[in-house]
Amino acid sequence: MKNILAVLTVVAAIIAFWYAACVPMNIKGVLDQAERAGTEVSPATAKERRDMGTFGLVASNTFAIADTWAQDRPRLPAPHQVAVELWKTTVEKKITSKRSLIYHGQVTLSATLLGFAIGTGLGILLAVGIVHSKVMDMSVMPWAIVSQTIPIIALAPMIIVVLYSIGVQGILPKAIISAYLSFFPVVVGMVKGLRSPDHMQLDLLKTYNASTAQGFWKLRLPSSLPYLFASLKIGIAASLVGAIVGELPTGAVAGLGARLLAGSYYGQTVQIWSALFAAAILAALLVALLGLIERLVLKRMGMSA
Amino acid sequence: MTNETTPQASSPQAVVEARDLNLVFETNDGPVQALKDVNLTINKGDFVSFIGPSGCGKTTFLRVMAALEHPTSGSITVNGMTPDEARQKRAYGYVFQAAGLYPWRTIAKNIKLPLEIMGYSKEEQDKRVAQVLDLVELSGFGGKYPWQLSGGMQQRASIARALAFDADILLMDEPFGALDEIVRDHLNEQLLKLWARTDKTIGFVTHSIPEAVYLSTKIVVMSPRPGRITDVIESTLPKERPLDIRDSQEFIDIAHRVREGLRAGHSDD
Ligand SMILES: Nc1ncnc2c1ncn2[C@@H]1O[C@H](COP(=O)(O)OP(=O)(O)OP(=O)(O)O)[C@@H](O)[C@H]1O
Ligand SMILES: [Mg+2]
Repeated sequence: MKNILAVLTVVAAIIAFWYAACVPMNIKGVLDQAERAGTEVSPATAKERRDMGTFGLVASNTFAIADTWAQDRPRLPAPHQVAVELWKTTVEKKITSKRSLIYHGQVTLSATLLGFAIGTGLGILLAVGIVHSKVMDMSVMPWAIVSQTIPIIALAPMIIVVLYSIGVQGILPKAIISAYLSFFPVVVGMVKGLRSPDHMQLDLLKTYNASTAQGFWKLRLPSSLPYLFASLKIGIAASLVGAIVGELPTGAVAGLGARLLAGSYYGQTVQIWSALFAAAILAALLVALLGLIERLVLKRMGMSA
Repeated sequence: MTNETTPQASSPQAVVEARDLNLVFETNDGPVQALKDVNLTINKGDFVSFIGPSGCGKTTFLRVMAALEHPTSGSITVNGMTPDEARQKRAYGYVFQAAGLYPWRTIAKNIKLPLEIMGYSKEEQDKRVAQVLDLVELSGFGGKYPWQLSGGMQQRASIARALAFDADILLMDEPFGALDEIVRDHLNEQLLKLWARTDKTIGFVTHSIPEAVYLSTKIVVMSPRPGRITDVIESTLPKERPLDIRDSQEFIDIAHRVREGLRAGHSDD
């Protein structure tokens, strides 16, 4: 109960701050519009207003404050505008409609999940190799780290162009970009997890004359699961970012990235923000789902006391 | 007795024979002589305790027998073989200071771990788990997870795990070190009974003089820097040992000799 109260307080504070921020952000646009509509504003011309600080404008035109939260194309849309847009494009639209965020979300989601599966599989394989082979440890790990220092925004168009030239298009290029982002946390977490058994545990297996494979299945893999789940939660969020970024350079017509892009072409800030929120909500749901699976698995394994 | 000693063992009874054993660890601060000129024979059915101050090489010697560490010079045979061969033949069970049970396995499944690795059949596994759980008085706890058991019970489970397969040597490194004295007394009593029933050869590391004297047929007193054996005491106590044997004159005499040995090891550094 106390926790809920604390959370709600923080949310309320954020929303209040957001509303407050809308006022200076949007005041110029509101005043320009009001001037065109013949309302008296001070100062009277756009040129004079441009030279004035936004807070001064707010102070001398308090009547316009309410309008800063109700513009068509505000610089910063107010929370309720985003909420209404989200509602309209999810609940009130048919899922098949090109304007439904559910439709776009599901396009991005499928690329995310495919990329996540590829990235996780690759990450686990690499981690297993790194833990069992000194050569791989020294050769793969540095490259994995370097790969993550290249901005994905720079790399994504190249990946898409290269894949396109060999005839791969559609969901796969997006999935590969999201795999590119998600394999890394999995490698790091999984390597740490597979190495988590202490010396004594490994010595014990040695006294049984256990093979490397037995050591892997019976000790290393189960010990790594808590680490793996922590990585998967980071990985799935990274996958979603990758899928969205992968939609930008292609000028994709569907997907949350496409909504972001279209929104910015037409100055539809409300649409951009609602797409952003849809992406955030999707990421939260995916992470929560993984958290649930984690709890179930670890509980079944008797590891959550 | 199923295991025959091989002809090349110098005595038909010898299970472990160490001759002029030296082990030097190369560390960043230079070499550390963990074992120096160790000569020791452990016979079949012996209960041998290793006692000595911290750093005298007790753990190292146990690990050499288990082929977890390899001597720099000298020779050691286990059941007439090299320790590595003995390990491959699964000649010994090792009990570490910490129970080291897998948290994701129940007690029964933990005990099955070596059996699975060694390829015992399902029925055989179940049979043996029931057997050793009974041996360490944990029947009825097979379905529990380690965290549901006390430290003493966990340590008993780890002993059961080492007993589950047919190793005729049991190596124990301060298995009761972390337990309080009452629990320890009880476990010592149980361990003696178990030893009498199973006819295993036991190597046992301890810091406690009464524990060593109460349990052992042979007490190996060691001293550090370099780690070496200063005295080997054959116990004259009968095999049947109630706890109150610790008040007997014979017990006190042996304990006295162990203490003297430990003191001698200390005074020359
Ligand atoms: N892996 C290792 N690398 C380097 N030095 C080691 C290693 N293992 C043990 N030593 C050193 O060898 C010596 C003997 O150690 P050992 O663990 O056998 O002592 P111990 O008698 O078991 O002591 P304790 O009673 O504290 O357990 C010590 O000086 C220790 O620092
Ligand atoms: Mg030790």
